[in-house]
Order: sequence, then C-alpha cells, then structure tokens
Amino acid sequence: MSETVGIVIVSHSKDIAKGTADMVRQMVGSEVKVAFCGGNPDGGLGTSVSLIIDAINDAWSAKGVAILVDLGGAETNSEMAVEMLEPARRDLVVVCNAPIVEGAVMAATEAAGGSSLAQVRAVAEELSAD
Amino acid sequence: MSLQPETFKSLVKVAAERVIASAPELTSLDQAIGDGDHGTNMKRGFEAVLGKLDLISAQPLDEALKMIGKTLVMTVGGASGPLYGSFFLAAGEALSHDRHLPEDLADVFGSGVNAVSARGRSQAGEKTMLDVLVPVLETLKTAAGQPDLIARVRTIAAEAVERTAPMQATKGRASFLGARSVGHVDPGARSSCVLVQAVCASLEGKQ
Repeated sequence: MSETVGIVIVSHSKDIAKGTADMVRQMVGSEVKVAFCGGNPDGGLGTSVSLIIDAINDAWSAKGVAILVDLGGAETNSEMAVEMLEPARRDLVVVCNAPIVEGAVMAATEAAGGSSLAQVRAVAEELSAD
Repeated sequence: MSLQPETFKSLVKVAAERVIASAPELTSLDQAIGDGDHGTNMKRGFEAVLGKLDLISAQPLDEALKMIGKTLVMTVGGASGPLYGSFFLAAGEALSHDRHLPEDLADVFGSGVNAVSARGRSQAGEKTMLDVLVPVLETLKTAAGQPDLIARVRTIAAEAVERTAPMQATKGRASFLGARSVGHVDPGARSSCVLVQAVCASLEGKQ
C-alpha cells in the first residue's frame, strides 16, 4: 500500500476530536493515519502544544500531515507545534483553514485516494471558500 | 538599571505572582467577551514558570527568556500561550544576537512585540494585547534614557488598557461578539499591563 497523507484533528474538546476521528474512520477505515487530541494541559477545554506534537508524530507520513482545527487557540497552538517539530518535518505539515468535522472527513477521503498534501489541503479549504 | 541575576529572578517572581493573583480578574474580563479561560490559562502558565524559577534564573538572560517562552507555550493551553510564548522566545533570540540590556531594551522588546503580531496576524487597534504592548514599545523608544522612563511606561500601560474598552474586537474569540465586544476592556491587554507593571514595580524597588 502506498503511503497517504496523515490527518490530525485538534479540538478544544477531546470528545469533539474523538467524535470527528470516529467519523473519519467510518469513511476511510485504516487506509489513512488519523490522530486526534483535545483539551488543555490540565484536561479542561483548550489545546496543548505537546499533545498536538504527539498527534502529528502519530499520524506521520512521508507525504505529510494535514491538521484540522476548531477555534482560535487550536489554530495558534497547532502553528506553534508545527514550528517546534524537527526541521525536516516542519514543511510537510499544514494547518487547514476549514471546518473541523467536514474538513477532516473531506481531507481524509482525498488522502485515501493517494493525493498530495497540497491536494488534500485544497479539498478541505474549498469548504471555507466564499 | 543593569540587570543582575538576582534582580532578574525576583523580577520574574513578582511578575508571575502578580499574573497568578490577577487570574480571577482576567477570567471575569474574558467571561464578558471570550471563553472565560484567560485567567486560569495564564495562572497555569506562570505557575509553571515559578516552578522552574531556579532553573530559569540560572541561565544566561537570553536562554532564560527563551525558557520562559517555551514554558508558557507548553503549559498555557490557549492562544495566549503561543502569543506570550512567542514574545519571550523572540526577545530571548534578540538578546542572543549581540543586543544588550538596558541599552537595547526597546529593540529587544520590539522583537517580542513583532513576534506577537506575526503569531496573531494582528496589529494594534484590534482590541488585543498588542494595544498595550505597542504603546509601551513606543514609550520605550521615545523616553529611552529618561529618568522617568519606568513611571511613564507604567502610566501608558494602564491608559492603554482602558483604551481597549471602546474598541470593537476583530481578532480572537471576542470578534464573534461583533459590536457587543465594545464597552469591555480586553483581557489580553489587561494581562499584558499586569506583566509590564509588575516588571516596572520590581525594577523601581531595586533601583
């Protein structure tokens, strides 16, 4: 099996992140690596840079990783997490400007077909186009 | 106001303690126009800084600032983590490149402010922490070397917080409220003021 782009789901709520990952799995099974995280470092609503870094590494693929986020802090913390990756990985991770649930399902479906990171991102971000 | 290691240590301690003490106020401000977690997030971040205070203050100043930044990034858990974290990481980075305190204070502080602006894709006037940090930076530039610099920074920081009340938020969670964000002081501006004033108070006590 050729490698596919990995998907990371980052929500303020672990329940939403897990639920979104469940919906992605229903669509693509185990064809695509999917990792998720939610909650601040104390487990309350929020996001955690170290959990995001772990999720990126769990979903790692040589084709890259697309991150889907919910609100502001999830995006800011995801961008920070990407910058803290080892240099060789940084350029292969993108934070998509897309709704988290629809974006994750669309991105994963596109990834399952063997598309590039740029194609996966573009499909997710079409959902945010005017 | 040369910065001795002991001065730096007590300065960080005072700043962290004041942020922690202001957590209920920050939370209450954030409940009005945001998700209400700014106080607990900042408290968690600065408690982590206090927990590492001995280690942090044993470093050269540039490394110490970077360590504070990294600690905030990893522990705050909201957008303010990367925002404040980027400030300290960039200020530390500036000091690693042949800049020295106090003569390059405005330059070093400016590196931090630029990093916040880049991280938040935001400018002054959008009802954020930048509405305190930018006026403070301007004062650091215009009043550099003046005997009343610290007093002026203190005053401008307090005034700048109040000036965020009539602004309408266009960045962050408060922007969801649109015009309803008007009339409330921005919690990030307030936490920036707490930090700036804590540093001022600490330096005034040590002069």
